Amino acid sequence: MIQVINVSKRFLHNIVLDGVSLEVRDGETVALLGPSGVGKSVLLKHINGLMKPDAGDVIVDGLSVPRLKRKEIQQLRSKIGYVFQYGALFDSMSVYENIRLGITDETCANDDGYCNDRVKECLRLVNLAPDVAEKYPAELSGGMKKRVGIARAIAGAPKYLLYDEPTSGLDPVNADVIDALIERLRDELGVTSVVVSHDVRGSFRVADRVALLWQAKIRADGTPEQVLASQDAAVQQFLERDLEMGLIQAEGEARAKRGA
Amino acid sequence: MARRATITLDLRRLVGRWSLRAADHTGRFTFLVLDMLRGVAEWRIYLPRTFEQAQQVGYGSLFIVLLVAGFAGAVTSLQTGYQFTGTLPLYYAGAVISESMILELGPVLTALILAGRIGARYAAELGSMRVTEQIDALESLGRSPITHLLMPRVFAGILVIPALTMFANATGIVVGFFTAKGSLGLTYADFEYGARYFFRPLDLWYSLVKSYCFAAAATVIPCYLGFNAQQGAEGVGRATTTAVVSASVSILLLDVVITQLLLGVK
Ligand SMILES: Nc1ncnc2c1ncn2[C@@H]1O[C@H](COP(=O)(O)OP(=O)(O)O)[C@@H](O)[C@H]1O
Ligand SMILES: [Mg+2]
Repeated sequence: MIQVINVSKRFLHNIVLDGVSLEVRDGETVALLGPSGVGKSVLLKHINGLMKPDAGDVIVDGLSVPRLKRKEIQQLRSKIGYVFQYGALFDSMSVYENIRLGITDETCANDDGYCNDRVKECLRLVNLAPDVAEKYPAELSGGMKKRVGIARAIAGAPKYLLYDEPTSGLDPVNADVIDALIERLRDELGVTSVVVSHDVRGSFRVADRVALLWQAKIRADGTPEQVLASQDAAVQQFLERDLEMGLIQAEGEARAKRGA
Repeated sequence: MARRATITLDLRRLVGRWSLRAADHTGRFTFLVLDMLRGVAEWRIYLPRTFEQAQQVGYGSLFIVLLVAGFAGAVTSLQTGYQFTGTLPLYYAGAVISESMILELGPVLTALILAGRIGARYAAELGSMRVTEQIDALESLGRSPITHLLMPRVFAGILVIPALTMFANATGIVVGFFTAKGSLGLTYADFEYGARYFFRPLDLWYSLVKSYCFAAAATVIPCYLGFNAQQGAEGVGRATTTAVVSASVSILLLDVVITQLLLGVK
């Protein structure tokens, strides 16, 4: 279980999180929505301890993340996969080596046979061809980098997965593949995940619960139906604008297809 | 009056901000060094990467180090000739050339070159890894950037720089001898006599101790600055230039301190 309890965080005069609380039960997928720049990535980084809260607490797997010692947090992090917004691939390493570094279990990581199979498997899961393994991050397109980042995050078969905008910048086909992967990991392996997104439609599809981060606070938190039915003006505004954007995009795509 | 007051106030604020920054740097730097000391036991992680790094920076720097050392030896030799001719016995030149290479020019020039070459490289590499979140990514996989990234770089420098210094010493002396032979007609016997007459085994140790300290400064400071780089490409650029300048200045300061400590007149 992931519990974010009253977390506050500021950078100089910029108050990014102000008493934010969020709970993700075991086996649940929560979508964290919000306009860009609101602090979604910052909140996600608090969950695996990349950032420390100014106030409040973060509890993952029963452990208080900000208070863990170095070894303890390393151990906890090996159970938490993190998909970075911009991939954050190690650019001096090949795709194969990148994904292999994601295999966090000591004995598995030293077993070449296992690693080769696992890397291949992870590439397949994110819909990439096996020969991508030999390439370097600089040779990949943005969408491919993102999917390699996802492959690296799932390679260690983590219990928790934190996705930072896993589908933004992907074409619709691959966005669907990733959405389906998120669902599959939950259903088959019982992975607990937080999916940060500003894509309302995609996240409503994969999420059991949706939380909206708005002006440094959680403005709405509930099932997709509950959030959709919310009377809160801010929530309405965010959802409508985004759904409209989706509609316009879909229309544009349809038109492009007709034209082609 | 009013204007003077604002100037004093600004000055006070400036000093305040500056000392806060200095305290912040000192704290972070100390923690980084402590973290590295704590990571020493995890040789299985940093050792293979250390050799990889050492190869990359070592071979790449060999040519420029030897070139500079050779020229330093030649110039020392020519100047010695210019100053000594007719006043001192010729074999003194042997002593001056070898002693100045071993005691000062070899270690300092090598360290300064390497502060530029690998200091800039380390700061830029780590800085861009920081701003593209690669360091965060490493941490998110439960791996320590200290043992995976910093220690291999620092140890590679500490392996390579003293070794290069010894090559530089040798090259400088040899080139210095041949220059003296050409310009002053110094014979090998005279050169050797002079060099041996003033040489103490302590000198080589001193040269090594110096270059180990310089190596630490030339690697740890750039690693620290790159590791803490902020704000995109500009931040990486700033980290890189600051790294080269502060590593070089530290080397020169250390030079004075170590000389005073080891050779200073009691
Ligand atoms: N390391 C940092 N230092 C200073 N400010 C930061 C840092 N990281 C994020 N911020 C600020 O926090 C705010 C939220 O950023 P972020 O979480 O990346 O937004 P998003 O919701 O789009 O992911 C932004 O205003 C950003 O400027
Ligand atoms: Mg973000």
